[in-house]
Amino acid sequence: MSVTTLPSRGVAVRQPGWIARLLDYKPFLIVMCLAPAIGLLTVFLTYPLGLGVWLAFTDTTIGRRGIYIGLENFQYLWTDPLWWGAVFYSVFYTAIATFGKFALGFWLALLLNNHFPLKSLLRAIVLLPWIVPTVLSALAFWWIYDPQFSIISYLLVDVLGVRSTNIDFLGTPWSARFSLIVANIWRGIPFVAISLLAGLQTISPSLYEAAMLDGASAWQRFRYITFPMMMPILAIVMTFSIIFTFTDFQLVYAITRGGPVNSTHLLATLAFQRGIAGGELGEGAAIAVSMIPFLVFATLFSYFGLARRKWQQGEAND
Amino acid sequence: MTDVAASPGNTNVASATPDTMAWDSRARRVMMIYLPLACFVLILLFPFYWMAITSFKPNAELLNYKEHNPFWISSPTLAHIKHLLFNTAYPTWLKTTMFVAIGSTFLSLFASTLAAYAIERLRFRGSPYVGLGIYLAYLVPPSILFIPLATVIVQFGLFDSPMALILVYPTFLVPFCTWLLIGYFKSIPYELEECALVDGATRLQILRRITLPLAVPGLISAGIFSFTLSWNEFIYALAFIQSGANKTVPVAILTELVTGDVYQWGALMAGSLLGSLPVALFYSLFVDYYVSSLTGAVKE
Repeated sequence: MSVTTLPSRGVAVRQPGWIARLLDYKPFLIVMCLAPAIGLLTVFLTYPLGLGVWLAFTDTTIGRRGIYIGLENFQYLWTDPLWWGAVFYSVFYTAIATFGKFALGFWLALLLNNHFPLKSLLRAIVLLPWIVPTVLSALAFWWIYDPQFSIISYLLVDVLGVRSTNIDFLGTPWSARFSLIVANIWRGIPFVAISLLAGLQTISPSLYEAAMLDGASAWQRFRYITFPMMMPILAIVMTFSIIFTFTDFQLVYAITRGGPVNSTHLLATLAFQRGIAGGELGEGAAIAVSMIPFLVFATLFSYFGLARRKWQQGEAND
Repeated sequence: MTDVAASPGNTNVASATPDTMAWDSRARRVMMIYLPLACFVLILLFPFYWMAITSFKPNAELLNYKEHNPFWISSPTLAHIKHLLFNTAYPTWLKTTMFVAIGSTFLSLFASTLAAYAIERLRFRGSPYVGLGIYLAYLVPPSILFIPLATVIVQFGLFDSPMALILVYPTFLVPFCTWLLIGYFKSIPYELEECALVDGATRLQILRRITLPLAVPGLISAGIFSFTLSWNEFIYALAFIQSGANKTVPVAILTELVTGDVYQWGALMAGSLLGSLPVALFYSLFVDYYVSSLTGAVKE
């Protein structure tokens, strides 16, 4: 900050000619322009990232500087069933939720790509779950999943008469896991749909016309035109989606806080429970650091897995 | 033709004889487009409807589905909202959240405008790498950073202060805004700047008088996006703020309003509704900017 306020203060004191020349000196200008952004990112992103890795190798707790203990934190996690449970649920949650989001989101994007009245209004409405603070919509889901007064149970038991007892959404491990995944899919559909819709709109209609003249069916048009053309954007959106689903925190923290019997802990919520709530900063940092290999793998897999196919497609066409 | 089962047969006919174009018949359109769309909209909006209707229901109706239709209110009440505004610190939370959101939005707009201008227009050796570095910063999720950041915040003496949030939120706002603005600056013809340079304008004059006015749509997009993202942020606000008065709305509702075993669903839902309204309102005013910035950032 001080770097950027310097010139304005200087204008009042020093000769304008000198200042003007300095401000037009390109290297100085570049440094000055980049300083705020790079400074903020270095202090609050790069430095903490390195510090986090360091903390993972110490036994720091809140209020006490830790000492280097090597791999002890990781050795402990390796034997900790809760950490393995969190790893399992994080992978499971990410896999199912990403699949659901992309299947439904792609479908919604294809639907929105048609012409119908009030299209822009509908597009605006669809994005709403993504705009509203996640915790607040998560609270709404918590209320929808209430064991006694769940509206879904009411519909199934009293209106449709399909079941005789209320569903205990958050009371048993597996139903709680799937309830959270449904809430995550609900929240993720709009982002996927709107991003993919933007991709769909860049596909030239003449491709479809040509395919239709050649007698391609709707499925063939989707399989051989829409899908390959969407690959680059799918790769990017999916990379983002996987990263932010795997490291999700808000939904789980708001709805179950990891319960029942720790069955719905994601790595992020476990890290919070151990690191901030429990005060074991070193162990919490180790859990957070243990997410990095998964993230790198998921990113490389989704990005290169999808991008390579697009690239092969391009090569085959040439 | 009128049921879904007939539709796959239809496409086969269409593929056999392309000129029949059976896919555009009306009944089929209703089944294949309008019906699924209606389901999507219903499911995507239902939680909000449920949130809204719960916050105006009196407690008696709220927990009695036998005598009252749960999907409607027979005697709406403002009791929950009144409780929220006068018996809790909700107005303070709203103020804090607003302060944090506006502060971090301005800070990140300032930093990312300058950075985007330097990367896109001043063009120096290595500028693509700086751009890539800033983009990669976007891929670092807050869940990995919050524990070490908490110790950094304590070191700076900013623990439990809204200032900490204002300084930390730019870590995810600056990368996004910078990329958005680089895209916008790219769309402004460079010739305009060259003319100004020939006329003897300094670089900063060019930025202020020419580039920025032309990039206003981009600035608005980046601004409202930053505002929403910082309004919605949760994990940092949860980890860095302890005292009730300094909490942001999402954190405060979850930690201050959820008390004991009996949840006050009316008040909780009213709080969620009020907390969502500012962003929803903001969103409805700038829908087009939103959609363009969301899709623009993805396309980059």
